[in-house]
Amino acid sequence: MKPFDFVQPRSARDAVAQWGPDAAYLGGGTNLVDLMKTGALQPARVIDVTRLPGLDRIEVAADGAVRIGALVRNADLARDADFAVRAPMVAEALLAGASGQLRNAATLGGNLMQHTRCPYFMEPDAACNRRAPGTGCDAIGGAWDNAAILGHAPSCIATNPSDLCVPLAALDAVVEVEGPDGARDIALEELHRLPGDAPERETTLAPGELIVALRLPAEAAAFAGHARYLKVRERTSYAFALVSAAAAMRLEGGRIAEARLALGAVAAKPWRARTAEKMLAGQPPGPDLFARAAEAALAGAAPAEGNGWKIDLARRTAARALAAAAAGTPERMPALPASPFSLSEDLSHA
Amino acid sequence: MSFQITLTLNGTAREIALDDTRVTLLDLLRERLEMPGTKKGCDRGQCGACTVLVDGRRINSCLTLAATLDGAEVTTIEGLARGDALHPVQQAFIDNDGLQCGYCTPGQIMSAVGLIAEGTAGDDPERIREGMSGNICRCAAYHGITLAVRQAARQMDNDPKGDAA
Ligand SMILES: Cc1cc2nc3c(=O)[nH]c(=O)nc-3n(C[C@H](O)[C@H](O)[C@H](O)COP(=O)(O)OP(=O)(O)OC[C@H]3O[C@@H](n4cnc5c(N)ncnc54)[C@H](O)[C@@H]3O)c2cc1C
Ligand code: FES
Ligand code: FES
Repeated sequence: MKPFDFVQPRSARDAVAQWGPDAAYLGGGTNLVDLMKTGALQPARVIDVTRLPGLDRIEVAADGAVRIGALVRNADLARDADFAVRAPMVAEALLAGASGQLRNAATLGGNLMQHTRCPYFMEPDAACNRRAPGTGCDAIGGAWDNAAILGHAPSCIATNPSDLCVPLAALDAVVEVEGPDGARDIALEELHRLPGDAPERETTLAPGELIVALRLPAEAAAFAGHARYLKVRERTSYAFALVSAAAAMRLEGGRIAEARLALGAVAAKPWRARTAEKMLAGQPPGPDLFARAAEAALAGAAPAEGNGWKIDLARRTAARALAAAAAGTPERMPALPASPFSLSEDLSHA
Repeated sequence: MSFQITLTLNGTAREIALDDTRVTLLDLLRERLEMPGTKKGCDRGQCGACTVLVDGRRINSCLTLAATLDGAEVTTIEGLARGDALHPVQQAFIDNDGLQCGYCTPGQIMSAVGLIAEGTAGDDPERIREGMSGNICRCAAYHGITLAVRQAARQMDNDPKGDAA
């Protein structure tokens, strides 16, 4: 690991003032420290933001909107009863990610900003336009088949690995940032970028901008009764998604009044499926409708690297997540959050 | 860059001078404080062998920079027993054959102590398995581990401070 200076600012303004092109903000460190060990990231200064005051709170406003400080740990957000009752699929996605230890350390801001798990990004000797612009992409023609199926480019086929971001995109979450030029809001859906010809710009944050909070609009709670996150993995727990889907709906008089659908691990950003959402609105829920909506969600998908299987898997995962959402949010968090094994009482992985 | 941190390590206050910001909590314990009970498996958050409690919460010490811990309370496997009396989780691992080679065991035990304190798994084997999934066992002693955590969870539910141990 390259040597670095370590600072612990006591205000967000101070943190931003200490930032420079060679600096990195440190949350729980579960991604940054890992990538510093491999050498993929080599900051000369690490700015520990975990002692900034006031950013570790979850606040529910009178109108039902929720504001979550960037330093709230993933485990604490998932287990906050007021929050989980308003956004159960966000809690489910959090609990389906990483492990108990990692969730205790990982912060909200760090989770939103975590980097791709593409092995060629994580390995500094590989060619990677995302990590080292202009060097090429060893993932193309390489040995990683969990690459993108939507929105990829000849420059980069990486995916965004965050489970949390998938339901947040579906629920129109908004990210609050502070930076050298002041404070602003960014729609979560606009936070991550598709690679295009500048994959090194992973997000739309300007240099030095710090995430300070995330807001869920009051409307999000209207979906709480019918909301599921479904995550397909190589093993039941402690594994990143092959594909995932966050599905939610408002039902009125036996019909879907409004639906939300987003897919994870399919692109460099959480993939909101608006065309599918429109198809679902006004219809009675049912397997045929869900299959057609899932088909629409994957329209335009193309394998990036021998991973055509992900297209089928994503379609089926989206359809199953919609069916699970229609069946209703479980009263208690399933023993295996987001697992296909949690969809039916008859199934157990044991 | 050299600096100083204060830790409470297994109940004892320690002033620690560091000459390198890169030191993780895991390396601090093993290489500088002569506390090798905490194990290094992957060094990348992928196995759980390095699990310790920081301010009562289980975390991976391999991904935690020591520099971030000024003022923290750290509990390692060396800090669980009271003299010769084992912690209920330690005793349960013995009673249920929750180990084979033993390399993952300190991490498993610290993780189980953390999980029981979180209070979300109770004595449901499926929830215990899910809650313990951050600890890989190369010898696959998983069945015994699940039974051990269940035994300890039941016992500590009746006797939360473990005074009867
Ligand atoms: C073995 C393993 C398994 C995992 N499995 C999963 C999984 O299944 N699903 C999943 O979603 N995740 C998984 N993760 C990833 C984990 O969720 C992330 O590492 C974690 O959420 C990052 O949060 P952090 O606070 O530790 O971030 P850090 O590591 O501190 O930071 C991550 C990045 O965000 C930047 N950053 C941090 N805070 C801010 C801020 N406030 N504003 C701007 N930038 C900031 C940092 O500079 C860095 O680039 C796994 C990780 C590991 C190691
Ligand atoms: S050594 Fe820390 S998780 Fe493997
Ligand atoms: S007992 Fe050998 S690794 Fe778990």
